[in-house]
Amino acid sequence: MSMQPTFLITDLLFFALTIGLIAFVFMVRKRPHLSRPWSQVLKSTTGSVSLMILLFYYAIALIDSMHFHPRVAQATESQYQYSSEVHSLLDVLMAPMRSRMEKTFSAPLATHSFSKEMMQGEEGQLQRDYPRLNYGGAHLTQPEEQKAADIISVSLQASAQALFYWALIWLFILWLYSQRNNQSLVTLLANVLRAKTTYPLRAIAMTSAILMLLTVVSMQLGQHYHLFGTDKVGQDVFYQAVKSVRTGILIGVLTTLITLPLAILLGALAGFFRGWVDDVIQYIYTTLNSIPHVLLIAAAVLLLQVYMSGHADDFDSLTERADLRLLFLCLILGITSWTGLCRLLRAETFKLREMEYIQAAEAFGVSKFKILMRHVMPNFMHIVIISVVLDFSGLVLAEAVLSYINIGVDPSMNSWGNMINQARLEMARDPIVWWSLSAAFVFMFTLVLFANLFADVVRDALDPRVVRGEQ
Amino acid sequence: MSAYIIRRMLYAIPILIGINLITFVLFFVVNSPDDMALMQLGSKHTTELQIEDWKRERGYHLPLLYNAEQSGFDALTETIFYQKSAKLFVFDFGSSDSGRDIGYDISQRMWPSLALAIPTLLVGLLVTITLALTIAFFRGTYIDYWAVIICVALISISSLFYIIGGQFLIGKLLKIVPISGFDTGLHALKFMILPVLIGIVGGIGSNTRWYRTIFLEEINKDYVRTARSKGLSEQLVLFKHVLRNALIPILTGVVVVLPLLFMGSLLTENFFGIPGLGSYTIDAINRQDFAIVRAMVFLGSVLYIIGLVLTDISYTLVDPRIRLS
Repeated sequence: MSMQPTFLITDLLFFALTIGLIAFVFMVRKRPHLSRPWSQVLKSTTGSVSLMILLFYYAIALIDSMHFHPRVAQATESQYQYSSEVHSLLDVLMAPMRSRMEKTFSAPLATHSFSKEMMQGEEGQLQRDYPRLNYGGAHLTQPEEQKAADIISVSLQASAQALFYWALIWLFILWLYSQRNNQSLVTLLANVLRAKTTYPLRAIAMTSAILMLLTVVSMQLGQHYHLFGTDKVGQDVFYQAVKSVRTGILIGVLTTLITLPLAILLGALAGFFRGWVDDVIQYIYTTLNSIPHVLLIAAAVLLLQVYMSGHADDFDSLTERADLRLLFLCLILGITSWTGLCRLLRAETFKLREMEYIQAAEAFGVSKFKILMRHVMPNFMHIVIISVVLDFSGLVLAEAVLSYINIGVDPSMNSWGNMINQARLEMARDPIVWWSLSAAFVFMFTLVLFANLFADVVRDALDPRVVRGEQ
Repeated sequence: MSAYIIRRMLYAIPILIGINLITFVLFFVVNSPDDMALMQLGSKHTTELQIEDWKRERGYHLPLLYNAEQSGFDALTETIFYQKSAKLFVFDFGSSDSGRDIGYDISQRMWPSLALAIPTLLVGLLVTITLALTIAFFRGTYIDYWAVIICVALISISSLFYIIGGQFLIGKLLKIVPISGFDTGLHALKFMILPVLIGIVGGIGSNTRWYRTIFLEEINKDYVRTARSKGLSEQLVLFKHVLRNALIPILTGVVVVLPLLFMGSLLTENFFGIPGLGSYTIDAINRQDFAIVRAMVFLGSVLYIIGLVLTDISYTLVDPRIRLS
């Protein structure tokens, strides 16, 4: 073992959530009445393509959540010393991008720095010029002439590689698929090409091709260049943007983890028992909802800062502190966002309570707790799922805004909000430093767009009020 | 009617008390004034005496709920709860941690906020309703399909990018209007155009999509079919029947945000340097001025509750079927 695994609190929660999700998928697959709407989601092109891209982001977040302390030295025969720094598996995969620091700004794929510096010329005289970068295109002897050709050849090679593996993988998948359905591979291929399969396999295959191309090409180019340039302290912007994926995804999913128990429990109780229980729960959520959310979050985060500055010794490392702040942010976002779902669930429980089957259960003497668990909750789960999927993108966007007002995640943590916040100060520069902003924009926009598209498909499939069929 | 309004107001009182208690607990119990003093003064080289002075200057030296040193009524009034929290009920905000009168600042700063928010809201409504109605007219066609996708794409763009992009494109590249700043009177106009425009564009995606759903719901109702079967043209049906009925949910949805317009927009005001309540709040957050944040939390909640009451009233005004009882 050349490393010592370590688990941050958010990692553990994230893993637990992932296992929960997998369990959910297996549960749904076994029950036809639950799997029908989901197979409708997968049959729609938008649905499966968005799901695929979301899973891609999710996988990056998952890889980035496997943390460890790297080994630095060998103390004795069997004992090693481990660095106090926390790295993740993603850091290993992107090692060159993480460690290759330039002095300051450099444009995407540049070989020279963005700003002029005093340098010693060939004859020893001082002159102001753009210095070569330490790493970006350092393997080129004549960067001006060779750069374009080098970039093209590297990208072409990488693309060819990516497409080759992609073709192999898809041939294998299709072969398996054809074996299972007793189809010949050729007819299946023809069907896929003409988009005549039950599930939109052609769209899925094309999405995976694009994802694979982007991944391989960016990783290959990243070996020798800074794909999205470097920021003020010379860090690779592409690396930052990829690292921010984890923050965005975690904010989206962990908040849900906090929202759901509150909303489900209180909503069901209020709708089921009515009377004073209902009054109290309504009072709680009306009060919470009345406070402007941004201000409540601001107040809570300010107080957290006060606490952390007073108890600085309680945290082993900066990473741990930033991690705790992320968790706290999810907590407070959860507290401000459960009220909407709770109100929906309360109203639904109100309706369900009057249904004959619940009255029958009551007449049979089934205990109230059991009625809630068995008969009420499963029947409003579609509302829960729809609301979770709908809220996800909003939370990712909220992170950026909150980080911009300095009440988001820790400033040391990679996040799109922090990237925008830092890049904004460079807007006044001339020529403008646009790459940090663009990178954050591209990564965030893709995630939020496909989350929104997916949410729409899920809502249409799960909501019984939406009339299905041809219009 | 008036009995209903009074009852609604009375119902708001326990909520306000709840909000007041939450802010009190958040700001004074979870974190003691000592913590705040340490935060402001820095934790190193700070003596007990300095902390005591800092607290005394701002009135945080009093006990939280009950002052045992005072007798009679003073035992309750000479406390942080009475001095800092209870006074919020009569909109006495006290002074900020840096010594300025918060009430005065708010009364000064709400005008730029309103000057920005009202045109954004009105023009925005006009634009989005027009767009949504047009899309509803073309329902079921490719125009509808792509319009919805464009709306989703617009929703997916962070509000930060609308502001940054707008500033860059119109302020810096085209140099039509100044990038940021503010002026008094009519001179403010040239500073307002860009933020208002960005506010409108930023809201187009979500509002158009929402209004489109409202229109489509309305279009499928029986009275619309009746109107068509009478032989009315599609335009007439849309404008005379659908639009008027769909305006009910749209306008009542607007009423709830009306009072909150005072609070201004945090991001826009901050980016454009407009001295409204939004940038006031952001500055307070960045300076960690707890007194201002506390005041704004309370003010925002009061305005929200007023908005809820107004919404209920407006329902009865526009829809005679709803009776308040």
